[in-house]
Amino acid sequence: MLHTFIALVQDRPGVLTRVASLFRRLNINIVSLTVGESERAETSRMTIVCDAHENAADRIRASLYKLETTISVDEVNRTDAVVRELCLIKVAAGPSHPHGLHSRSQIFELSQVFRARVVDLAPESIMLEMTGSASKIEGLLQVLRESGYTILEVSRTGRMAMRRGHHTSRVLEALGTRQSLDLQEFPTQDPDALPSDEILPGAFEE
Amino acid sequence: MADSITPNPTLTGAEILLATLAGEGVTTVFGYPGGAILPVYDVLRKFPNLHHVLVRHEQSAAHMADGYARATGRVGVCMATSGPGATNLVTGLATAMIDSIPIVAITGQVSSKVLGTDAFQEIDITGITLPITKHNFLVTRAEEIAPVLREAFQIARSGRPGPVLVDITKDAQQAAAAFDFEAAKPRPYRPHPMLRAESSSMQEAVTLIRQAKRPIILAGHGVVESGAERQVLALAEAHRIPIASTLLGLDAVPAEHPLCLGMMGMHGESWVNNAIQQADLLLAFGMRFDDRVTGNLTKYSPNSKKIHVEIDPSEINKNVRVDVALIGDLKEVLSLLMPLLETHPRPLESHGSEWLKQINAGKGNASVRDIINLPDNGHLYAAHVINDIWHEAAAAGRLEQTIIVTDVGQHQMWEAQYFKHHAPRSLITSGGLGTMGFALPAAIGAKVACPEKDVWVIAGDGGFQMTAAELSTIVQEGLAINIAVINNGFLGMVRQWQETIYEKNYASSPILSPNFVLLAAAHGIAGATVKQRADVIPNARLARTSGKPFLIEFQVEKEDGVYPMITPGSALHEMLRRPQHDPLIELPEEP
Ligand SMILES: Cc1ncc(C[n+]2csc(CCOP(=O)(O)OP(=O)(O)O)c2C)c(N)n1
Repeated sequence: MLHTFIALVQDRPGVLTRVASLFRRLNINIVSLTVGESERAETSRMTIVCDAHENAADRIRASLYKLETTISVDEVNRTDAVVRELCLIKVAAGPSHPHGLHSRSQIFELSQVFRARVVDLAPESIMLEMTGSASKIEGLLQVLRESGYTILEVSRTGRMAMRRGHHTSRVLEALGTRQSLDLQEFPTQDPDALPSDEILPGAFEE
Repeated sequence: MADSITPNPTLTGAEILLATLAGEGVTTVFGYPGGAILPVYDVLRKFPNLHHVLVRHEQSAAHMADGYARATGRVGVCMATSGPGATNLVTGLATAMIDSIPIVAITGQVSSKVLGTDAFQEIDITGITLPITKHNFLVTRAEEIAPVLREAFQIARSGRPGPVLVDITKDAQQAAAAFDFEAAKPRPYRPHPMLRAESSSMQEAVTLIRQAKRPIILAGHGVVESGAERQVLALAEAHRIPIASTLLGLDAVPAEHPLCLGMMGMHGESWVNNAIQQADLLLAFGMRFDDRVTGNLTKYSPNSKKIHVEIDPSEINKNVRVDVALIGDLKEVLSLLMPLLETHPRPLESHGSEWLKQINAGKGNASVRDIINLPDNGHLYAAHVINDIWHEAAAAGRLEQTIIVTDVGQHQMWEAQYFKHHAPRSLITSGGLGTMGFALPAAIGAKVACPEKDVWVIAGDGGFQMTAAELSTIVQEGLAINIAVINNGFLGMVRQWQETIYEKNYASSPILSPNFVLLAAAHGIAGATVKQRADVIPNARLARTSGKPFLIEFQVEKEDGVYPMITPGSALHEMLRRPQHDPLIELPEEP
């Protein structure tokens, strides 16, 4: 299944390699990985989407935390986070194409329905920009194809995610707690506790 | 200047490097010079309290730092030049990584101005060592050297320890910067955020321990790393719980203690593995359920509840699903857990003596097949050699003062079975990586760290030849190390696998060796060849008391096997036993 992790990491050379190398070592495929500046100085925020066994999440989080360059790791799902992806699409459209000059206005209409924007217009092509969930982006691509348009180029950022509500304060709280070495002080109501129904990751079964 | 540090002097990067090492309490560096690290060697003499051991191959430098760390618990330090010097460290770093050994490796790097140009002896060593170090750094400025090195030491020894590599460009070594050891102090170490041993889990653990009828403690390397040997033993004694050890946990508990069963896993004794299979509670302490320990996972200890006390959260539920995870330093967790257990004292008889009796009965059944009980039949068996080295040390009252450093192969397993370890850090062996060639250099590290102890190398004829060049280092350093080469004419463990799994297709497992005693002599090291059992103890004593390095070549039975053996895919109880009528160990015909 797909897992989505949001990681705060130090903004230093080689940090991306460390994260990517970790997934390679665990033999887990990264579906998408976005990285950029965060609200904190010298700190990047990554969204990592990977395809792994449903019980692998804790191990992945624990392993990410073992990287000295990791500040915090959060796993989110569709309901507790806003997930977005940015996509640029170049579509063939111009006088020499099947729909002729009419194609442009039709693409404008389609893009309005999908809340995509036209960001470039060339004699033989139109470039659209769209943000949304992955499924919405796929919807637009499908409609364009089924309407007989030739898609020349697609560039997608992969998913970015942000937890809804007051999550940041929770992270900071956790950062405070972890400074304490006294094991008794760790919270008893633990949001990260291993689920009791967890079973072995399939990869390790005979 | 030396080690007396005046406030904020301006030093070169090379001087800062050595001054920082001295500040961290380092007294020995194992290394090998070369162009990109020469600025450091150039100022080495200014630091008379830093002893540099010149190795014969950088792999050995890493193993020596590793042996030093395993013998003491302190961070071992090794140093190499860029390019080939750095790549030669790789096997040693990987060996330390997988066994969680704290070492700091320093490599020279080409000048920052030419980084990335394939300059002479440039190699991306931080890239290469990414998966085999706990962390690594590339340093390009003199100002960064002290803070980065200090952070490297902190990372190496904190949490689950491991090797850290610091790659320092030549221009950073040559540039000048202000040196302030105190100001370079790293921020306090951040424990892994997923450590947790909350009271509900503690209570669950207490309940499980109280209910268990057939509990067993699995003691791993973490017991030693955490310094929790006494707590583990106290827990075992208070609740009469037997203890099985992993290879790296063998010296965590005294082998002669009635509750200590010995080694578990692939070559564990039958009663140990059977006990694990029959147990109703596993208390896994600082171990990681390696495949060499569990055998077939689907059939591993099927009826037991499992409590895992472990400092690395990524180990929880990795191979074996556990019922209670207490994630933290073992010693700290036990110090919280034990008072909880004591407030609910269990009736003495309930844990039982029944269970211990059952296990002990298994010991009795096994003893008839045990090679150690075979009377002298004129053949020399490696098992007897190792057991006699132990007898000799025990008789001399030197057990607590003896460190055995093994190589990898059959002799390593016989050591684990027949040398009865008595004190923590008395066994040094490459467990997770199984690195042949480890013993001799690691023993040098151990002897440098503990000159007052008797250090024995126990190596096979194959592995010994991998790093035999370090004999020269022993002589140059004047180290009285005792070396036992167990010569069976084969890469023994490979031969045993070929015998059991590949229908005795002994492809490339017979190995030709030099005359080891002459080889030693060529280095100025005294030695002896031993071919019969009666000569083992006298020669072991001679070696131990000679005050000089001493090599004994034991010419042992060629096609002997390590038993029991759990072949890949089998469960712990499905072991291959030593044949009761092993043609190899038949007594000679009566005349
Ligand atoms: C560097 C390295 N190469 C190969 C192996 C695979 N291997 C494991 S045990 C063994 C044979 C060891 O033979 P020897 O050193 O003679 O010891 P013995 O088993 O005979 O005691 C080999 C080749 C290894 N563990 N390490």
